[in-house]
Amino acid sequence: MTSTAPLQDPGSLATDKAVDQAVDHATDHATEGHGDFRLFGLATFLVADGMTFAGFFAAYLTFRAVNPLQEGSTYELELLLPTINTVLLIISSFTFHRAGKECRGGNLAATRLWLAITGGLGVAFLAGQMIEYFSLPFGLTDNLFASTFYALTGFHGLHVTLGVICIAIVALQARKGGRISASDHFGLEAAELYWHFVDGIWVVLYGILYLL
Amino acid sequence: MTLANPSDFNGNLQPQGWLRYFSFSLDHKVIGLQYLVCGFIFYLIGGALAGAIRTELATPLSDFMPRDTYNEVLTLHGTVMIFLWIVPVVNGAFGNYLIPFYVGARDMAFPRLNAVAFWLIPPAGILLISSYFIAGAAAQSGWTAYPPLSLTTPAAGQVVWILSVLLLGGSSIFGGINFIATILKLRRPGLKLMQLPMYCWAMLGTSILVVLSTPVLAGTLILLSFDIIAHTGFFNPALGGNVVVYQHLFWFYSHPAVYIMVLPAFGLVSEILPVHARKPLFGYTTMVYSIMAIVFLGLIVWAHHMFTSGTPPWMRLFFTIATSFIAVPTGIKFFNWLATLWGGKIALNSAMLFSCAFIVNFVFGGITGVALAQVPFDIHVHDTYFVVGHFHYIVYGGTVFVIFASLYHWYPKFTGRMLNEDLGRLHFLLTFIGFNLCFAPQHWLGLNGMPRRVAEYDPTFTTLNQVSSVGALLMAISTIPLLINVVVTALNGKVAGDNPWNALTPEWLTSSPPPVENWIGEAPLVTEPYGYGQHQDQPQEVQA
Repeated sequence: MTSTAPLQDPGSLATDKAVDQAVDHATDHATEGHGDFRLFGLATFLVADGMTFAGFFAAYLTFRAVNPLQEGSTYELELLLPTINTVLLIISSFTFHRAGKECRGGNLAATRLWLAITGGLGVAFLAGQMIEYFSLPFGLTDNLFASTFYALTGFHGLHVTLGVICIAIVALQARKGGRISASDHFGLEAAELYWHFVDGIWVVLYGILYLL
Repeated sequence: MTLANPSDFNGNLQPQGWLRYFSFSLDHKVIGLQYLVCGFIFYLIGGALAGAIRTELATPLSDFMPRDTYNEVLTLHGTVMIFLWIVPVVNGAFGNYLIPFYVGARDMAFPRLNAVAFWLIPPAGILLISSYFIAGAAAQSGWTAYPPLSLTTPAAGQVVWILSVLLLGGSSIFGGINFIATILKLRRPGLKLMQLPMYCWAMLGTSILVVLSTPVLAGTLILLSFDIIAHTGFFNPALGGNVVVYQHLFWFYSHPAVYIMVLPAFGLVSEILPVHARKPLFGYTTMVYSIMAIVFLGLIVWAHHMFTSGTPPWMRLFFTIATSFIAVPTGIKFFNWLATLWGGKIALNSAMLFSCAFIVNFVFGGITGVALAQVPFDIHVHDTYFVVGHFHYIVYGGTVFVIFASLYHWYPKFTGRMLNEDLGRLHFLLTFIGFNLCFAPQHWLGLNGMPRRVAEYDPTFTTLNQVSSVGALLMAISTIPLLINVVVTALNGKVAGDNPWNALTPEWLTSSPPPVENWIGEAPLVTEPYGYGQHQDQPQEVQA
């Protein structure tokens, strides 16, 4: 994780050992003398991604405040399935956290197990959303609420799908002799940060789309 | 094995020589120049489109091209100039080239992401320009793509336009993430934030705006494309949608976009003025706080573009006050530049001429900006040529002048050769006269009621329009000495040496052009980038 190259004077005073460590750990030479800032970069990207959602949320709330729906349309939605989905997603954040803990503890088998559980919960969420889509009484272009509903949940579902793919890749890398080990697990941490972000977005989305 | 010879990691895997400029190079200097040259090609294309517009407007009737074609040309001109010339060059080109030097790094934080960000631009540009041929008609709804206009104009061209802008937005976001990580996380140990050259602060502020606002535009354009392709009704009043929501979301990006275009120019000019006036930058700390104040205020003023969109009175009041406040930090920066020049040993070379002209143009564009922030005045001139004049004073008189100043200032570093000063002064003279001749009359036209975005106009406006068109012709001619200068001096110019201006910022403390990895050996730690007159004007290399 953290490069151990000397902080004061990168380059000239580096011992061979420190240099080897720096080369092992850093993504490239540009990290000389610096910590690993890849998670920082990902977090910045997630801020940007969150702003896309914020734009969608603002649009939805404004539509809802000022644009009356046609006769016979309603903002009410069936709550049972999405509530189960919400619970599944929140649990999956904890199972992912557990996977990260096992990885740092050096137990790769348990890491893979907890990753599989997390991925399974993600797939279950997507399946639940599919069932909901097919059972809804409205289609994409029926009215403004319907369009916004599908745009919001669809954009979020795309994020969950990407997350599940990331989990599958990370689980594959966590095999013995793979890229992920107790000392080097950036991929896992990145996927975990992303997954927590997707969960957090869902909680907001659930609140304003289903409960409001 | 030491890290001091890092070309083992990078250089040997990358093509060298001229071929590297056409490769997926990871070197920030190569990427910077890729941005610069690519952007300049699009500037020539956008300029040709502007020439077509001014030719059409030289006479009151639409006799040069059909009205639909005029709309396509106008849309392409705006989109090309903003998304393919100004944003990529003033951020991507100079940012990529200079920021790693300024923070004492050998490259950007994420070199591969950096290369991806650049290589999104040529395909997006080609897609946009060729939409006329591949989709039958280019987009016609202006660079704002307001619905319902963008829903009723030919769909294919509009969708290609959206796709192109999404690619360019993605490129911009990747660049912004890279700049934030580089400036905050990749500084040479011992180099404090408040010791960074001002351009770093400008790029940090700009990148914050990019990361916070560009995604909103992307989301909005995705919804717009749904309206066009899937016939949803987000922004279609006929289907119960709301056009004003589009305007809010669009301007949430596009007002900050003005600062994305002009803040880096503030930073660049803050680098150029101290060097050629041989004085420290005046008011460093207030400059930093002004940039951050502009970033914050820039995010909360977007609805001043919408005073005629049925905006409720409280909203008008808020956005008028917030917009007027921006004049304060901007004014601080303006007076700081004047104070930097005051009593300095000013060398009036091409870089300095363009920088000083920037100050003049920008204060004029800034004053009309404050005027436009006032609701009664804005309602009078909304959608007239006054707005066109104001906007071009900011982005051309402001940013493009600074791009030219920066070209004259950093060209010796880029190529190792000096640009010819006589040709440079000729370029400046033609640009400055042409620019003011072209855009100053547009304020009068707007005040007298000439609407923007029309191919035909009332014959009473003819004279001023012809003056404006003559100005545009001069601006077109001004490109010739620039092109001759750049090509001839690159082959046969005076050799520049490492530091022809005796400047103190870190990019001058290495050879011209710099080696791969920027420095042979260790990066210098420069803690006083503006210490002119304090140490006999010699570059100061302070060791930690």
